[in-house]
Amino acid sequence: MSILVDNETRVVVQGITGGEGKFHAEQMMAYGTDVVAGAVPGKGGQEVAGVPVYDTVAGAAREEDANAAVVFVPPAFAADALFEALDSPVDLVVAITEGIPQQDMASVYKRLGETDTALLGPNCPGVITPGEAKLGILPGNIFSEGDVGLVSRSGTLTYQVVDSLTQRGIGQTTAVGIGGDPIIGTDFVDALERFEADPDTEAVVMCGEIGGEDEEEAARYIGEYMDTPVAGFIAGRTAPPGKRMGHAGAIVGSSGTGTAESKIQALNSAGARVGDTPEEVADAIEDFL
Amino acid sequence: MKLHEHQAKDVFADAGIPTPASRLAGTADAAVAAADEIGYPVAIKAQVQVGGRGKAGGIELVESADEAREAAERIIGMDLKGLHVEDVLVEEAVDFVNELYIGVTMDRNEGRPVAMVSTRGGVNIEEVAAEDPGAIAREHVDPAFGLHPYQARRAVYDAGVDHEVAGDVASILTTLYDLWDDRDATETEINPLMVTADDEVIAADAVMNVDEDALFRHPDLAEMEDRSAADDLEAKANEYGFDYVRLSGNVGIIGNGAGLVMTTLDLVDYYGGSPANFLDIGGGAKAERVANALDMVFSDENVDSVVFNIFGGITRGDEVAKGINAALEQFDELPKPVVVRLAGTNAEAGMEILNTDLVEVQGTLEGAVQRAVARAEEVDQ
Repeated sequence: MSILVDNETRVVVQGITGGEGKFHAEQMMAYGTDVVAGAVPGKGGQEVAGVPVYDTVAGAAREEDANAAVVFVPPAFAADALFEALDSPVDLVVAITEGIPQQDMASVYKRLGETDTALLGPNCPGVITPGEAKLGILPGNIFSEGDVGLVSRSGTLTYQVVDSLTQRGIGQTTAVGIGGDPIIGTDFVDALERFEADPDTEAVVMCGEIGGEDEEEAARYIGEYMDTPVAGFIAGRTAPPGKRMGHAGAIVGSSGTGTAESKIQALNSAGARVGDTPEEVADAIEDFL
Repeated sequence: MKLHEHQAKDVFADAGIPTPASRLAGTADAAVAAADEIGYPVAIKAQVQVGGRGKAGGIELVESADEAREAAERIIGMDLKGLHVEDVLVEEAVDFVNELYIGVTMDRNEGRPVAMVSTRGGVNIEEVAAEDPGAIAREHVDPAFGLHPYQARRAVYDAGVDHEVAGDVASILTTLYDLWDDRDATETEINPLMVTADDEVIAADAVMNVDEDALFRHPDLAEMEDRSAADDLEAKANEYGFDYVRLSGNVGIIGNGAGLVMTTLDLVDYYGGSPANFLDIGGGAKAERVANALDMVFSDENVDSVVFNIFGGITRGDEVAKGINAALEQFDELPKPVVVRLAGTNAEAGMEILNTDLVEVQGTLEGAVQRAVARAEEVDQ
């Protein structure tokens, strides 16, 4: 079992005619993902990376039974691409694009709430169910099949933790990147709910970072509803207030909101085990299994 | 991107929000001339993008030309919370009986904007929010619906604003929301919004922060960016296209991916060192980007050693190593010790071909950080 994606997932790549879109469409296929189509306005009828391109996502969904979209559309046009994906409809939309204006995302977020579709990102590396499918830009070969679920706001931090799990022979059910922006679709609680409901996920790693209150909300959920053990990591303990640390959402408020301390404390008191180093996270998972 | 007070005031005034008479001055002479024209008393206000200017000595109320000159001479050129003051705003002093707060910001947890009103203006609103959340009336806004007048009134009445001025305050709040919406702001705020004895309402301060990711559709706002406000190295990072934040420690950090770079900073601290910077070079590791990153970190005189941590994902470790070696060739000798760690795809092959005459190689992130901290201590002694 897994969450969000599996070998039934049929992917349409929005922006497949761009450099990134084409490259990662090919990488996804090489991993074994069922990429069935591309969607680019005005490019319908072409073939890219061996799949047909449609002018609209609705066309790709209708003709190729696509049920998930991966979005590699530049920031200025990304909100429109996301609205289109939500309206097509597909079950899952993965938004890789970084730098989408915040107000555009507020509108997307509002629309998202009116649909049954799940959105990952934006500004996320995507999602992978090892051995079945990867949607996005994650490096497939560091993942392995197993019992641990992962959810993270950061791509490379996920890779770091997965790498050390895989080297210890610990595989993953699904790894989910939720993205580093202030306004995102699926949040920690949504992902944790899915892992809690997945009978094959025996333990969960949650990698958070400074900014916002998503980790605190996740801690409340873990404390009240989760039986699956959770190991956590929070990046940004040394981040100064008021500075954006790479991700648009990774910022400690000038009056001290969204700090790592607050998140670590919330997770620890909810019974999650927060590591001081990524290796300690892997140690915790090893203990859980 | 933060606008200066005078820029934000111009934007607000153009939208019809009442603001005091004011002029920008870059010299004491110009400040006195402006003050003479406006009429005393006036406020002399440092134009730097930081809160708490008044407490830090950046705002002075003056009654005469002599006092205006003295204040302007003191404030122009001063260092205010680490920022150099280039200009002052000379502004009509408003005689007020009340100070209100109004603002619009993005509530990231709700994923939608929120308009706020409080009768406790003139102080740091985040402190008010922390100690007495009930003192701030909040109205969340559906971005597709906008902030309608009735919602603005509701917030204003809920906050307990006097009836005599409530209509004007509500109307300014809807204007503030429209500005927020039209100009892709992340924050528009008036604190204090002053109420005079004649029941007039005037924006005595103006805050407008604009979403950097939306500047492409606001060229007029993009032109207002004050690049002089940034640290020299931060300006250089902008040129190179790096995400960079300067800190005060002595262990330089280069890595890829925001979360992993933040983690590297945290580990430097955890192992007893002190991080000098956050530098994310992004995906891949092309020789030119690596060379630019090294150049950035080497030119920070606080840096005694460097930890360089790259997780090769789709870009293979041997490709990354070739990029690093090509970058290293541009230096005969490295001015500061560099500890490199590669991970991910083909990492071992990558580490084998790294030029170990110039850099030290470590197999784990924790190991690399500990070595860089130790090397920095050696240099320090």
